[in-house]
Amino acid sequence: MAQTNTTITAQKTKTHWSQSIHSLEVTGKIAAYVIISLGALLMIFPFVWMLSTSFKTYGQVFAWPPVWFPQPLQWKNYPEALTILPFHTYFKNTATIVLCNVLGATLSSALVGYAFARMRARGKNIWFLILLSSMMLPHQVTLIPHYVIYRLLGWVDTLRPLIIPTFLGGGAFNVFLMRQFFLTLPGELEDAAYIDGCNAFGIWSRIMLPLAKPALGTIAIFTFMSSWNDFFYPLIYLHSPQNRTMALALRFFQSQYGTDTHLLMAASVTMLIPMMVVFFSAQKIFVKG
Amino acid sequence: MAFHKSNRNSLARQEERLFYLFISPWLLGFLVLTCLSMAASLYWSFTEYDMLTSPKWIGLENYQSAFSGFDSRLFWQALKVTLIYTFSSVPLQLVGGFLVAILMNQQIKGINVFRTIYYLPSITAGVATAMLWLFIFNPQFGILNWLLAQVGIEGPAWLASRKWALPALIMMSMWGFGGPMVIYLAGLQGIPQHLYEAAKIDGANAFKQFLYVTIPQMTPIIFFNLVMSIIGTFQVFTSAFVMTAGGPVNATLFYVLYLYREAFQSFRMGYASALAWVLFIIIMIFTGIQVKLSGKWVYYEGIR
Repeated sequence: MAQTNTTITAQKTKTHWSQSIHSLEVTGKIAAYVIISLGALLMIFPFVWMLSTSFKTYGQVFAWPPVWFPQPLQWKNYPEALTILPFHTYFKNTATIVLCNVLGATLSSALVGYAFARMRARGKNIWFLILLSSMMLPHQVTLIPHYVIYRLLGWVDTLRPLIIPTFLGGGAFNVFLMRQFFLTLPGELEDAAYIDGCNAFGIWSRIMLPLAKPALGTIAIFTFMSSWNDFFYPLIYLHSPQNRTMALALRFFQSQYGTDTHLLMAASVTMLIPMMVVFFSAQKIFVKG
Repeated sequence: MAFHKSNRNSLARQEERLFYLFISPWLLGFLVLTCLSMAASLYWSFTEYDMLTSPKWIGLENYQSAFSGFDSRLFWQALKVTLIYTFSSVPLQLVGGFLVAILMNQQIKGINVFRTIYYLPSITAGVATAMLWLFIFNPQFGILNWLLAQVGIEGPAWLASRKWALPALIMMSMWGFGGPMVIYLAGLQGIPQHLYEAAKIDGANAFKQFLYVTIPQMTPIIFFNLVMSIIGTFQVFTSAFVMTAGGPVNATLFYVLYLYREAFQSFRMGYASALAWVLFIIIMIFTGIQVKLSGKWVYYEGIR
């Protein structure tokens, strides 16, 4: 009797335990949810503030307390901001650089990465080690010689110094990424193509490139982001107003019309929109690693 | 037999030629844009060079000038600013990124939307967001000081203040912890589930699982983030150039900003090359120390 009693109590405590663990998990999840949501608000708040400001009148920008939702929205800020300076020219320059960089980085890193993944050659491992260690090199070490070289070639104040180097390997990290990707593909693919009389370049361009779409896409997106946003190299190489990129122009806009905060924010939002579009259309790649 | 062998040799040689043909774009870039350029930069660091006249050999003078001579005041200031930034921003970003990654690793509805939101600031960081923060930090009209005023705090002048300009930039850098976060997240998802199950069987509670499974499994990724973040913070430029121009009174004179000014505004290419090599050596030393220390705390599968 006494024994059954203890078993019952034991069972009771057990169910009690699992219940409390369960409720603990639920409270944990709710707490996590609350914290994540608050954090997300904090992260997104500056963007919202930027957007709101871009639709204000000059006077509303300096209102105290702040105007959160300007009524009516000043849509005209956008055409005004984008025509004070010839932003269409800057957009054209930026788009040229970005598209060339995406093309150069994907193609050349795929070519080099394929060779490192699939071909046998003496010295390959040493070259690969050199490639990896070149990732650690701060760009500043080669910055001045690059400037001198491009100056000798007459490339300073043209878009060329910002475009041509990406065709030379497309960045060590991208090569590494492509190599890792090609290593995962089965070798039978190439063997079959060799037997069918395909040469190495044909195999690379007709069989390997189409298979590498996910890796190429990742590289394309990251290249897009970094070259769209690049400020340092355009600042160094582009001097004439008609050669400016969007990033440079935004900085120039600020130094000229910095007090027109509503217009500055409109121009900044415009600069962010293409990045946001690319980011959201590709978020699966980012978020899932 | 002999024929067969030579045939195989020629095939191997052919493949070797193909290999070098395929890597030739990178090889060309590496030889000219990396090797030759590094040699040139090293040579120029011992010269006085303004790009108009040919470089004049002056031995160690550039380095002496930086460490203890004419340029030492700005050099040490730039180094100090950069180190303060690195040692505040990197730990904040790495710890913040790690904690948020753990929250984000749960199976919650709509978690992908949250991950995207947290990652967004780090990927859009550039001139446009610098403009935004410039406005947020505005002492009179900025939203930050308005928020502080709501809780009865009179906010400082932020970017216009010698004391608060650098902390403001550090605060701003926190907004970008989504970068390390996604890398952690990828790592967390790669931890094999059976390790947690084994720990549960051994009676480990959630905290102990975190301590004895999650953290050891994540050390290689923490290490990677640490190395990359430090290299990154040493090269901060855009935010300082756009938002403070190094001021007030050099309070935010980041190292690369200083280098940029010496090279492209004063055209002291020789001195700037010396600055670049000092930066390179500092980064090498930091990375070396971290690699050395990593043996003590980074856990690699199968080694221990």
